[in-house]
Amino acid sequence: MNTEERGPWFLSVIYVGGLIFGFGLAISGMARPEVVLDFLQFEDFGLLFVMGGAALVTGITFAVATRSLKRAPLTGDAYRRRLKGFDRNVIIGGTIFGGGWGVSGICPGAAYASVGIGNYPILWAIAGMFLGAYAQGYWRTARTSTSADAAATDN
Amino acid sequence: MDSLVQLVALSEFFPRGILPYLLGGLLVGGGVAFIYLATGIIAGASTFLESTLSYVSDVPRFNRFKYIQSRGWRLVFTAGIVSGAALYGLVLGPGTWTTEVQWWRLLGGGFLVGVGTRLGKGCTSGHGVCGTGSLSRTSLVNVVTFLAVAIGTAQFVQALGVTP
Repeated sequence: MNTEERGPWFLSVIYVGGLIFGFGLAISGMARPEVVLDFLQFEDFGLLFVMGGAALVTGITFAVATRSLKRAPLTGDAYRRRLKGFDRNVIIGGTIFGGGWGVSGICPGAAYASVGIGNYPILWAIAGMFLGAYAQGYWRTARTSTSADAAATDN
Repeated sequence: MDSLVQLVALSEFFPRGILPYLLGGLLVGGGVAFIYLATGIIAGASTFLESTLSYVSDVPRFNRFKYIQSRGWRLVFTAGIVSGAALYGLVLGPGTWTTEVQWWRLLGGGFLVGVGTRLGKGCTSGHGVCGTGSLSRTSLVNVVTFLAVAIGTAQFVQALGVTP
């Protein structure tokens, strides 16, 4: 289903959910790279409560919904947990992400929230994230088509 | 006396207290849970980068069905995040705030975040909050990896004398 075909409530729910999410990121200080860097440099361990508190809420919600609820009212979709396959990219990607997070103190959701608190220099980070996402998509597409060409030549 | 010792220990590890962190975390989880219960969708923040690129790029990876199909609501989700943070500024009134982190760290770090989150299938919200909430092994491995590397990197940057 396209976004538009999902009915009038769908986008409102997404927007309000994002609103709560962004409000939480701002109140927690995660929208400020300095607070994240304080955690990574062992000066303030508060970030553990942000990630832990959030994971606790999603953990309970996912557990209850997958066991006791049938289908999501707005989409009719079944409730599932977030389970992604493991491969070496999970490690390589996590390493590259960790390097970037450590250098800048910024991650995607917190960067969007940072715009909301008027932190205009964060646009550098958002530009960097789009460039990085574009670069990996470009490289991976190029690699896939090269190996597909190689496979075709092999035949 | 014991409680005083505990208080001192707490304030040393948590100079800003723990309440804003805990409250913020519960709200972040609450936003995800709200969308999930209504739609069954588990919303992460970093897929937005690739799904939004599909509006302007022909690269096949960005134009896969799952990105084209979700790019509209992902824009709305991100707009919600920006508005929610702005609402915090208006309601609780701390005013606008700008970072002291240098532009080259934001740009360079942002680039690595863009590459790493998409290659590694998620970020602090996708793996860190939703994946760990799902008790996904893939996510736990990813989170431990990015946390360890980020701590090492941030302390290295600090050791070089670059502040904040």
